[in-house]
Amino acid sequence: MSFQRVSALTKKELKKLIRDPAITFLIILFPVLLTLVFGTSFGAIGGNQSTTYQIGLVNLDSGQYSQWAENLVGNLTSTEILLVTTYSSNETAQTDLVQGNVQAVIIIPYDFGESCVSFWNAPTDPRLWVNTTILLYSDSGSIFAAQAIPPIVQQVVAATIYGEQSKPLATPIQIGNPSMVKASKLTMFDHMAPGIFAYAAIFLTMTVAQAFTTDRETGLLRRIHTTPTKPAEIMMSHTISNMIIGLIQAVLVFAMAHLVGYRPSGDAFSFAMAFTIVSLFSLCNVGFGLITATIAKSSGAATGLSFVFIMPQMFLGTFVGFALSPTAQLAGRFVPSYYVTDALTSLFLRGAPVLSATVLLDLAVVSASSIATLLIGVILFGKYGKA
Amino acid sequence: MSNREEEKETAIVIDKLTKEFEDVVAVDELSIEVEKGELFGLLGPNGAGKTTIINVLCGLLEPTGGSASVGGYDVQKESQKVKELIGVCTQETAVYPYLTGRENVELFGNLHAMPKEKLKKNTDELLEKLGLAEDAERRVGKYSGGMRRRINLIMALVNDPEIAFLDEPTVAMDPQSRHAVWDFIIGLKNQGKTVILTTHYMEEAEQLCDRVGIIDHGKLIALGSPEQLKKKFGAKNLEEVFIGLTGRRIREGM
Repeated sequence: MSFQRVSALTKKELKKLIRDPAITFLIILFPVLLTLVFGTSFGAIGGNQSTTYQIGLVNLDSGQYSQWAENLVGNLTSTEILLVTTYSSNETAQTDLVQGNVQAVIIIPYDFGESCVSFWNAPTDPRLWVNTTILLYSDSGSIFAAQAIPPIVQQVVAATIYGEQSKPLATPIQIGNPSMVKASKLTMFDHMAPGIFAYAAIFLTMTVAQAFTTDRETGLLRRIHTTPTKPAEIMMSHTISNMIIGLIQAVLVFAMAHLVGYRPSGDAFSFAMAFTIVSLFSLCNVGFGLITATIAKSSGAATGLSFVFIMPQMFLGTFVGFALSPTAQLAGRFVPSYYVTDALTSLFLRGAPVLSATVLLDLAVVSASSIATLLIGVILFGKYGKA
Repeated sequence: MSNREEEKETAIVIDKLTKEFEDVVAVDELSIEVEKGELFGLLGPNGAGKTTIINVLCGLLEPTGGSASVGGYDVQKESQKVKELIGVCTQETAVYPYLTGRENVELFGNLHAMPKEKLKKNTDELLEKLGLAEDAERRVGKYSGGMRRRINLIMALVNDPEIAFLDEPTVAMDPQSRHAVWDFIIGLKNQGKTVILTTHYMEEAEQLCDRVGIIDHGKLIALGSPEQLKKKFGAKNLEEVFIGLTGRRIREGM
């Protein structure tokens, strides 16, 4: 493989990004404007509430009065809003919370029953109460869960301790301070931003398909094949140029998001991982673009056909996805963009470490699907698309 | 002298070449030899098979039967070697409109892996010779049709090829541009290059070519120098020879 050829073809593709107004708009200006519009429109509001919440429960009370804790568990489980998963330790529950498997974790303290009994033994004498706190952690990646779960838990706890009676003004049991829940500070845009990163790269499918079909229509592809340039060098140049374009998109979208107040959690490694995942995802779209160019007879047809790949990825795997039905959300698991959005949500909203299982799994899925799609695209275009 | 060296004296050997597309025979058992340094004209009506022959010689199409070699290399088995020797000016003006004239030329020089200095020297010389030096930094999308045709030709020859395939290089050019290109093609011949030229302009073939081959329905129907053919068919010019051999019926290109 000649570095000189690959470099020349890569530079040519990058010049097109800047000099072709249609490409510049679609790949650079559109995502930046989208970020600006969404950032200013949704940067200060919440959104629709989901109907059920997945919560984790750790019951540390195994003492003499543990029946109270068991009653609380029963009451929490019997609500139709909360889907309860029981954990044996706080650590495993926290791991699942960070990885997004549950939206909140409730820790029932070891002295919960004792506190309840102390209250009923002397309802009017707070000096004899055993004070305790139910800890509540909420997923900062889910604004809806963060806002809705604490009041629900509060209601269930009150009903468990006081029954049908009115809750007294003073009680021995407090629910952990909701201010510890980061999500309460997040806006709708904070939840959308990871999906916008993926959204921007999806349109590479169209530009890659157009590039190949236009070069084929105008005879440029044939012309290049009269030189010693090998097909692998052409593919490598498109791979490199689109990875660079994907990276440029991610940086610009992030810069614009930052400008409108987006302040994700995560350190430099989180950002490096995010940009790596977005760049890898751009390869997937090169593959989809090649498959489109193989099927499409003209660049016009390629534009239309590319939506076969763009639409599912856009609706099932980006910021649009979290407003969809459970069935559509399940379908999202079959599009690569879902894993890009999920990884970036884990990194930037849930504060998941770079090497956490969720992020690594997402990285693995994005890498595998991108390489597979690219290979399929290269093989199909090489066999049927050149003529 | 070895067989290999003997072969090199003949730049192109086409032996019983056949190319079929489904039920159409585009090239039918065609045999031609082109000498090194010769300017050979490939003439024929639309759809006669000229471009198909060039595409086979450039390694873009695989022949259905027969064989062909360019510069001593088999076009099927050693197509990479063939591509290192040749320059191809395609019939369509295949240029990148968003690149400047110079960038288009340098891109193709880089695809031939030319050394940087030689590439710059060749680019400057060719742009100057074909009157595009002043417009070299403008984007080709802004060029006139004639300027695009000229940059198309430069892109084919920037690598200083031993063998040049020029597929209708002067089509749709004004007389001034056409004469400039003719001078340029004669210059190539004077440098000892082998040139295969396809054209519909009989005047062009008559003035430039050492020999011409007239193709019709994929078969070679006449071969010789323009003078030999005029004498053989008792014609005043090559156009009379051409019309006499291929008829007056209008053909559609394939």
